[in-house]
Formats: sequence, structure tokens, C-alpha cells
Amino acid sequence: MIKPLPITAIPPEDEALRPPVRAFLAEALAATPFQRVHSWMGFDADFSRALAARGWLGLTLPPQYGGGGRSPFARLVVVEELLAAGAPVAAHWIADRQSGPLIAKYGSEEQKRFYLPKICRAEAFFCIGMSEPGAGSDLASVRTKASKTASGWRLNGRKIWTTNAYRDHYMIALVRTSGTSEDRHSGLSQLIIDLTLPGVIVTPIRDLAGEAHFCEVLFEDVELADAALIGKEGGGWEQVTAELVFERSGPERIYSSVVLVDAWVDYLRRTGQASESDLATLGRLLANLAVLRAMSISVTGQICAGNNPGVEAALVKDLGTELEQQIPILIADALGSQPDRSIPGELIRSLAFVTQLAPSFSLRGGTREILRGMIARGLGLR
Amino acid sequence: MSEFSDTIERLFSVECPPQQVRAIEAGSPSLPLWEKIAETEFHNALVKDAQGGAGLSLSEVFDVLFACGAHCLPLPLPLTMMARAVLAEADLVLPDGPITVATVVFERGAVIVCERVPYALTARWVLAVMGESCALLPVEKGRLTPNGVHASLEGNFEFAAALFESLKFRSSFDWQAACAAMISAQMAGAMERVLTDTISFANERSQFGKPIGKFQSIQQQISSMAEQVFAARMAAQLGCASADHRPDSHLAAIAKARTSEAVVSVTAVAHAVHGAMGITEEYNLQLFTRRLHEWRLAYGSEGYWNRRVGQLLLAGASEGSVDFIRAQLSPNPA
Repeated sequence: MIKPLPITAIPPEDEALRPPVRAFLAEALAATPFQRVHSWMGFDADFSRALAARGWLGLTLPPQYGGGGRSPFARLVVVEELLAAGAPVAAHWIADRQSGPLIAKYGSEEQKRFYLPKICRAEAFFCIGMSEPGAGSDLASVRTKASKTASGWRLNGRKIWTTNAYRDHYMIALVRTSGTSEDRHSGLSQLIIDLTLPGVIVTPIRDLAGEAHFCEVLFEDVELADAALIGKEGGGWEQVTAELVFERSGPERIYSSVVLVDAWVDYLRRTGQASESDLATLGRLLANLAVLRAMSISVTGQICAGNNPGVEAALVKDLGTELEQQIPILIADALGSQPDRSIPGELIRSLAFVTQLAPSFSLRGGTREILRGMIARGLGLR
Repeated sequence: MSEFSDTIERLFSVECPPQQVRAIEAGSPSLPLWEKIAETEFHNALVKDAQGGAGLSLSEVFDVLFACGAHCLPLPLPLTMMARAVLAEADLVLPDGPITVATVVFERGAVIVCERVPYALTARWVLAVMGESCALLPVEKGRLTPNGVHASLEGNFEFAAALFESLKFRSSFDWQAACAAMISAQMAGAMERVLTDTISFANERSQFGKPIGKFQSIQQQISSMAEQVFAARMAAQLGCASADHRPDSHLAAIAKARTSEAVVSVTAVAHAVHGAMGITEEYNLQLFTRRLHEWRLAYGSEGYWNRRVGQLLLAGASEGSVDFIRAQLSPNPA
């Protein structure tokens, strides 16, 4: 069985980060609700650099490489404020959340000295090279192949659904360095790829909301130096599993739709016409969010205590994304329940955007089905 | 914490196995079981030391409340613990025997009606709450009508209004929220028990040549059920996050709302996995799922508590939802 999650408090020294972050956001963000619902997908390099200038990127990275040397609780506080405000975090998001910690954990001294300070200064933005046309949930079947050359690696293959690859600097990709996809978990390695190299072709893919966040990335005889390998050759599967724990355990998995909740709350306050059913819907969202927040803080506490809460993180992520997906559905019904009322266009556009992108909430970072498989294993069913 | 949980686990495993729950539901006397529990003094756990209790906080006794649900204890131990702490604080006499709390109370002529009283059939006292007037009424002075639901311990009482008048005291204590917090902890315990029983069943029951728990469709359903059970447990912990016997009424609200919400899918998946076996009288599952549905309604369902939480946020002038959650729906760091 999975161990129960205890109530955990954010340490006061990390809570202390909250007021300055809030003060900064009150100044720096003058966005409309429609811009703010983008949050995760809002890409603003200047905004990321402004955060970096205040020391709020790379909070958990070692100080000798420009990081904050803080606990995951410090990052949780900053991230919570950023997402609650709907700040455009996409530029630095992946580097701050997972590429940086991955490099800090598995990188060589040289790699740490090269990449980590850039990440902390918001000068290096990263994307995740996991999915391929033939490798989605079945990640071990990746076919992108790096062959040994005299000076390093020659890379061929194709990654897809790579968020923001067209405006990022680097990709950390899971590729095959030996054997074939029949060999499954062995023979996989992680490489850091400079996306400006010859042979890298990035094509944005337009999404159903008329925007372009994810991309297809083609590698045609891309020549990489030896130093592109991160961690152990053949250790890619273990590393990528660790990376996914970083990806799944953060508080971001409960807040994707929270700006929409606030836009709806503003509307209810302004009109002063909340029905009994509106109140029940709102209370349900808040009760669920409050419990998820406590669970998410508890998982962070487990990480700080040196445990590996992979299954607990999967559990919180799946519950969190389910709520994130319920939010636009419940708000749409609440708004549509009074079809004769006037609704601001901005609220309708924000609702539509979240509704359209909501299916991605339970795809990115591992599909619902994969996460539930992990939970089933944790429960002793597999 | 865990010392209580070990003691209570041992006690309930010996004294309150499923056959005992069934016997009491069928009308066997519950007093012997109460006396065994009273020997442990758990009923005085929340009473202040100075008043002869253990002076523990709600969060310290969480495991005990949780175990009452996990063993489907047919006695109102958590409600008695709460009632005794509040009575002691008001310098009122603490009676022997289990106390239940009635919050659906109204006057009908010369009679006080207490409706849908949990544990009506096994309590010795009814703490009847009517607004800010309360009275501790002995059940032998009342007229009990069981609710007629098979094997339920709930029922209605009628007491003489004059009796209520003569025993009445004033209390501004938020009984609705306090009872909601206590029942939420029991619900979390019962749901965890339902989950472990469901996992065991899925690993034992074989169809198509393998345990049904090996089928992905079953695994996905049980994983989703586990998520609800874990959320319910955290919600119940929040409801009991208090440094004394008084729960925070906002936290009690989300505790009861979230545990009640979880009941729906937890019981549905448990029964789906157990198949026809799960709806037999013989199988233990029904002891818990019947109770969970009853508790979902007791002291307010999710609809009631969610509305209260929604109202609370809208009452603020401009606070956003995450700020509201941090300020009003989170435990105070100790």
C-alpha cells in the first residue's frame, strides 16, 4: 500500500519568499485574463529574465553554479504565486523545473558549469525530447538514434509534441545509443542538443486554439560533441524516470485552470448574482483545490526528506489534472445555466481557451492511463 | 499518534470484528462493547487534563477517529469524545455512556423532535442542539423511532419540551462543524478499509484464468478509487487539524465536503469490483458502504458544505482563490 500523506507545513524561511514575489507580480503583470490563462503556455523571455534577476530561477540548484541552494519548498512558493497570478512562465519553465535539476544530478562538472548559470540567468531555455511519432506512452520504443563518431555522436531521428522547441535553446532528448527498440530500457541515453546546430529542423505545429506551442523536431545527421551525453551512456531510462518525478511532483499540476476560476469569481462578484448552484460549484472547486494543495505540499515534504514519492506524485498529478479539467466544464455549465445573462467576451475567450487545451493536462508528463498503471503497481495490483 | 493507533487497532480487532458489528446492528446489546472501550479512557481523550481527561488535540486523536470508521464501530465514540470535551469546558457533569449529537432538532407543540440522529440505537445520551440552546437528554426519557432502514443505527427521538427546557444550557459551539469533522475522519477510515478489501478481492478473485486485479480496466478503476481515498484522508486530516478539541469550521467544511464527494465513486468502484458478492449480507463490504452513504448525509452532504465554502469566498471583496485557500482553507502551521 501507498503510505498516507501527512499534513506538512511550508517552512517559514520559504514562506518568506512570498511577499516579495507578490509585490513584483503586482508591478510586472498587467495582463488581461485571456493572457493570464495562458500561464504555462505564455512565453515571455523578458519576464523570465526579470525573475532571474531577482534570484527566483534555479532556486533549488547549487549556489556554486548560480542557483539558490534552496529546498523544493522555496520553488513551490514561487511557482504557486506565479501560477495563481497567471504569469507567463513558459520560457524558463522546463529548465527551472526539470532540465536544471537533471543536469545538477547527472551532469559532469563541465556541463554543470556551462548550463546551470545560464539557466539561472534565464539565458538558456530547454525543451523535453521524449515523445516521437512512434513513441508516446510507450516511451521505451524511441527510435531516434545517436551513433558514435570519432569526436562524439551523429544524431538522426524525429521528436514530436516538443513544447516550445522553436523558441528554446536546448533539448534534453532520450535517444537510442545502442541496440534497437526491441531492447526496451537498455541502450537508451540522454543527450543535450543545441537546437541551433546544422541538421536540426524545428517545425511548430498549430493547435486547436489557433496557437503554436508544440513542435516537431527533425534531426538529420546532426553532429554532436562527446560532451552532449548527459549522465551515463545506457542510463537514459533511469535518468528519464527521475526527471519525470521532477516533472510530476510540482504544484503546477493543480493550478492550470485557476486563473479561469478567478475570472469567474470576479464575474460573480461584479454581478452579485451567484445562484445556489454557483455557490456549490465554487465551493466544490475550492474544497478540492485546498485538499490537493495540502497533498502537493506533503509530496514536496517527502522529496525534502529524501524519499522518492514517485507513486504519491503520480496520484496527486492524476487527481490534480482531473480537477483542472473539471474546472472549465463546471464553469461552462454554470455560465450556460442562465442563458439570458450578459457574459463578458473576455471570460468567454478565457473559458474557451482552457476548455480547448484541457485535454493536454492529462497527457503532458505522462498520460492518465500510465499514471494509473503506476498507482496500481504501488497498490500491489501489478 | 501511532501508540494510540496500535492500542485502538488491537482493541477493535478483538472487540469489534465484523460479526460484532452485525450483532449490534441486529439488536444485540452494545453496552458490553462500550464498557471495553471506556476502560481505555479514549472517550476522555479530548477533555482537558484539569478536568480529568487526557487533554489531547483533535489532530492527536485522528488515528482513533479514523479507526472507528475503519472498523465500523457501531458506537458514537468520536461524537462522545467531542461532546465530553465541550461539556467539561462548560463545567457540566459528564455522564457515563455513549453520547450522540442531534443537530436536526425542532419543536412540535409540547415535544422536541430530534430527527435522523446517528447512533440513536446505541447511544445513552442525546445532545440535542437547537440554535444556541443545547440539552443533554437521557435516551430512556425519550421515544425512539428507528428509521426503518435495514440494519441502520439511525433513528428519531421525541422528548418532552419541558425536559429540554429543564436541562437546557447555552452554547455557541459550532456543533454542525465539529460533528462534520468527526464523521469525516470516520468516513476516511471506512473508505481506506473499503480500498484495502477491494485490492485483496481483486488479487484473489480469478476470472479468465487470472486474478481480476491483473486486468488493466480493473487496475485503472482501483487506482482512481485510491486517489479519492487519499484525498479523503487528507481532507479529514485537515478537518481535524486543531491544537485543541475545537475544529476550525472552515477546515471542517472542506473535510466533510470532500469526504462526502469521495464516497460516491469509492463505493461505486468497490461494488463494481466485488460483483454480486459485494451486495450480499455475508460479505463485509456492505457494512462499510451502507454506512458511508448514511454518513455522507449526516451533518450536511457535500452540497451543503460546498455552498458554505463558496459563500465564504464571495463574501471577500477581491481575494483570489489561491489566496483564499491559503488564508482560510489551510491548517495554521504549529
